[in-house]
Amino acid sequence: MTPLSNSGEAPGSHPPAPVTAVPTTGEERIAGAFREAREEGRAALMPYMMAGFPDRESSLAVAAAYVDSGADLIELGVPFSDPLADGPTIHDAATKALEAGATLATTLEVCRSVSERIPVVLMIYANMVFAHGGAAEFARLARAAGAAGAIIPDLPLGEAEDVREAFAAAGLALVPLVAPTTPPERRARICAVARGFVYVVSTVGTTGERAEVPASLAELVAATKADAVTPVAVGFGIGTAAQAAEVGRIADGVIVGSRLVRATAGAGSPQAAADAVAGFLSEARVALAE
Amino acid sequence: MSAIEERFGPYGGRYVPETLIAALDELTAAWIEAREDADFVARLELLRRDFIGRPTPLYLAQRLSERVGSKVYLKREDLAHTGAHKINNALGQALLAERMGKPRVIAETGAGQHGVATATACALLGLECVVYMGTEDIRRQAPNVERMRLLGAEVAPVEAGARTLKEAVSAAIRDWVANVETTHYVIGSAVGPAPYPALVRDLQRVIGEEAREQSLAAEGALPARVIACVGGGSNAIGIFSPFVADAEVALIGVEAAGEGLDTLRHGASLGAGSTGVLHGSLSAVLADEEGQILEAHSVSAGLDYPGVGPEHAQLRDTGRATYVSISDRQALAAFGRLSRLEGIIPALESSHAIAWLLENPGESGFDVLCLSGRGDKDLAEYLEQTGKGAGG
Repeated sequence: MTPLSNSGEAPGSHPPAPVTAVPTTGEERIAGAFREAREEGRAALMPYMMAGFPDRESSLAVAAAYVDSGADLIELGVPFSDPLADGPTIHDAATKALEAGATLATTLEVCRSVSERIPVVLMIYANMVFAHGGAAEFARLARAAGAAGAIIPDLPLGEAEDVREAFAAAGLALVPLVAPTTPPERRARICAVARGFVYVVSTVGTTGERAEVPASLAELVAATKADAVTPVAVGFGIGTAAQAAEVGRIADGVIVGSRLVRATAGAGSPQAAADAVAGFLSEARVALAE
Repeated sequence: MSAIEERFGPYGGRYVPETLIAALDELTAAWIEAREDADFVARLELLRRDFIGRPTPLYLAQRLSERVGSKVYLKREDLAHTGAHKINNALGQALLAERMGKPRVIAETGAGQHGVATATACALLGLECVVYMGTEDIRRQAPNVERMRLLGAEVAPVEAGARTLKEAVSAAIRDWVANVETTHYVIGSAVGPAPYPALVRDLQRVIGEEAREQSLAAEGALPARVIACVGGGSNAIGIFSPFVADAEVALIGVEAAGEGLDTLRHGASLGAGSTGVLHGSLSAVLADEEGQILEAHSVSAGLDYPGVGPEHAQLRDTGRATYVSISDRQALAAFGRLSRLEGIIPALESSHAIAWLLENPGESGFDVLCLSGRGDKDLAEYLEQTGKGAGG
């Protein structure tokens, strides 16, 4: 969908890019998705899904349903054995995906199936990045599958420098997280090096649905927006269309995870999984536009 | 103020969710301050003496020495209050939790020894205590579960994965992520994100400091070898640490070979693992080529862990310490042998170190072996594994 990007440059100014090259950097694609949503007067909708859950075919169907039901970006979880930042719903999904035989290749297949239509941001734990040849090699694999960015929930500022540089060199945006417990000075440093967007963790805790959006969130989002030059998206604990709309009024993007993973958990077929998420997503998209 | 190591060579670091970083910074600052505060140090030393019963003896094991064919001293951590070295760390960290004003303490436990130690320290200081424990370990270590409850702790069963130590640590970290503002996580070994490996090492170092002094007093010399079992590696790093600068002292860490290093059923992260991230630090781990963490196996719950403290990975790489391994079968045999030779029932964890020593007699001087805990907790497992009574 995006034209090859050297159209605006003088011909012959540098060696021609290989024809297989991804046309724009991940950072640009992510920025474009947020910009399009903003131009429609709403926050971007970023549903999360677990690759390979409940099985490979269902996750391919879910990814396609996300694109067709109004997602602006997709956060694609890579199943890992020990997901420390995740609550029971996503932890269970990872365990079941692994039991069903999911590997990084499964994730990249899901990524590739939709990445020409929508920016995909991988959510992957640090050990898996290191196990696949390190940051540069992982970034090459992710870019070849069309991924725009990656979130590494156990790679905070202080550990992320080499990985961020290697990702940037490959055109893969390393999206950092800001938590309610992050001190202001540290938050500013995180925002200064953010690529793609800043992921604000809404509550102190792991991923999972919550009864309500914390009252302190507006202040945290406003402070993060003041620090960041990138868009600011909020995740963790958003499980209803009303909560998505509430967060969408203050943030540039809304991430919905466990609620959607739970919807696919009971689905008996790829089509059922796709139907289960499509309804919620359409509803959330409408709520965001109101 | 001196700094606390965040890295040990390439190993260590803080591979944890952003939510925890502020708490790790707070803990680092609190420990640097506390360990140089004369009142805190005096209180810790008094409790070490009168509550834990330190110094623990360095005991010349005559009959074991005759059997091995070289002189062996046992550092008797089994005689510390609650029956293992774990109390050294748990008490120190509980005092630190109190100092930081955190009324709630969480811990993980495998064999149950760290859980009991933490429950004990929390009872002493009047802190709320929740201990995460895999349901397989709850089955294997039932008496320790009852002990923790008697001491006022809540034992939270963990059903995930193989239902052992790895999942208990993960559950404790998730609890900490959710309750970090009111809760201190007393990690049980020299693992986890910085500053834990250094903090736990500092609190367990008392084992090696005493052993070094006691060696000089008894023999007028340093030991030829210091031997300890290694799961996460806290008793080992505690006894090794004061000897690291003594180049003539060999440091031997004994990991769990389980059913054999050529099977996937072992706990030898240093001997047969790869470099990776588990529970917040970069170290030696058991993982597959995809980066998925593997389940460890050992007959001893305390060594049934697919990671190890980052400082051990550095000591291995530099060659300063040597890491070997002992199978379930060898450890069970050593469990019986020490019981009958010395009238000391060793923990199955410590039995790995005993088993290695039995097969590798010293060539000069004398050896010090860290008897990290007592084995009463393991009796049922021993009887089940050996398929007969202890007299068989």
